[in-house]
Amino acid sequence: MNAPRFFSTALQYVFLATAAFLSIFPFIWMVISSTNTSIDIISGRTGIGEAFATNVANFFTQVDVPLVFWNSTKVAVLATLLTIVVSSLAGYGFEMFRSKARDRIYALVLLTLMVPFAALMIPLFMMMAKSGLINTHIAIMLPTIASAFIIFYFRQSTKAFQTELRDAAKVDGLKEWQIFLYIYVPVMRSTYAAAFVIVFMTNWNNYLWPLIVLQSNETKTITLVVSSLASAYYPDYGVVMIGTILATLPTLLVFFVMQRQFVQGMLGSVK
Amino acid sequence: MAAGKTGGLKRYYDLNGWLFVAPSLLLIAIFLVYPILRSLYLSFFSGKGMIMKFAGFGNVARLWNDPVFLQALTNTVTFFVVQVPIMITLALMLAAVLNNDKLKFIGFFRTAIFLPCVASLVAYSVLFKSMFSVDGVVNSALLAVGLVSTPIGWLTEPFWAKVLVILAITWRWTGYNMIFYLAALQNIDKSIYEAAKIDGVPAWARFVYITVPMLKPVILFTTIISTIGTIQLFDEVYNLTEGRGGPANATLTLSLYIYNLTFRFMPSFGYAATISYVIVIMVALLSFLQFYAARDRS
Repeated sequence: MNAPRFFSTALQYVFLATAAFLSIFPFIWMVISSTNTSIDIISGRTGIGEAFATNVANFFTQVDVPLVFWNSTKVAVLATLLTIVVSSLAGYGFEMFRSKARDRIYALVLLTLMVPFAALMIPLFMMMAKSGLINTHIAIMLPTIASAFIIFYFRQSTKAFQTELRDAAKVDGLKEWQIFLYIYVPVMRSTYAAAFVIVFMTNWNNYLWPLIVLQSNETKTITLVVSSLASAYYPDYGVVMIGTILATLPTLLVFFVMQRQFVQGMLGSVK
Repeated sequence: MAAGKTGGLKRYYDLNGWLFVAPSLLLIAIFLVYPILRSLYLSFFSGKGMIMKFAGFGNVARLWNDPVFLQALTNTVTFFVVQVPIMITLALMLAAVLNNDKLKFIGFFRTAIFLPCVASLVAYSVLFKSMFSVDGVVNSALLAVGLVSTPIGWLTEPFWAKVLVILAITWRWTGYNMIFYLAALQNIDKSIYEAAKIDGVPAWARFVYITVPMLKPVILFTTIISTIGTIQLFDEVYNLTEGRGGPANATLTLSLYIYNLTFRFMPSFGYAATISYVIVIMVALLSFLQFYAARDRS
């Protein structure tokens, strides 16, 4: 290896190592800080402390952990399942039953991709208030179910679905909904898995809309709890760290278990 | 009759088509189309709470005399004008290096750099807030290395608060953009690079004259989606500044201002809806730009 090549390789390693360190550091910081007192955390202590048990105990006394976790899980899982069912039906429908009218409507659906949430939240809030749905989980889920991203993702993936399978099933006398349920869904399971990962993450981390709609401690999700703990006048950062760990753990787990689907879903849903 | 039978089949086909897409269309109509039109309608009304009166373009006139709105607009534009190019450049450089299979631990580096995408926006904002406190770990490190002689007021000085927001978004989204470039790079024929290498083209020139032009479509796409994302910035600034967009409104974004106008103070639904249409127009302009650029290519 000649000298310039050696320096170039070394430079690349330094660049990557720095980027990797900076990327991971906040996660390490979160874990280390969960063992420190609030004062130690804001004065930048990087060593492992002895306050972990106290922080956990304080977190459990300040927060109804099982309830909050149940709220988050319920909202995220239900909303994700509904999104996937409704959007895959639409993606399949738009691709398999092509017509001029539906193609035009599909273009309009794609147009909703550029609607910013800020322009929806006031009418949505008024709508929910009128229907008496403020402070309910249904109000959180309803506006998230129809997602142009996921419809698009399913339509794109459906292009790879072999129509011969569908024709054969038709000859066997299966109805359209049976073809969808018994043939399309099993064949497309990796598409479903990728969509699940990506939609679950979005729902689990959803913040602005729940912040508007959920107003009592009984309905709050983990994201809201972390946010309100951290925005206290004197936040107890030790307690906050336990909250961030609990809020991040499920998405980290999903990511490590289904990394391939995660990347596939991310690239596919926005391409 | 054969003709009648085909007509029936066609109707059957059409009916099925509509049934499959109906649930989505219904939900989109209620929760997307209706609200966006309703926002437009509301923007013609002024008043507090539920007592509203028709104001024509009064709200639009009010925008230009509202220093807080102008500040929020300036902040939002500053964020994407400064942050997006920094992030895109960084992501490109990382992708170019990570595309080199000869380096060791490439899988580890890739995963590590992508990891921030998994963090929830609230969680990482809160983490950043604790890391960037006056005596916090970041200032301690900067002081120890000798880069600064006095601690930086990341959360108390307007300029540094903006820098902090930019650092935070860059941390969260660089890996995300990098994945798009990496996927695109893997489709580029490696022999182009080999040929350039044999011709003695240095690495930086290969990056500028081969990688960047080849990735132009993806770069354009990610630039637009990142810009649209930054225009709507909310979670980060809300959680870094206890919902105030401080210090002295230095980090107040349009979305945060809309939120404050609607849900923090006595609601000004009409005026807030007008501001939301400022975002709509900005996003629409960018999307059309993307659309036309994409059409030019094909």
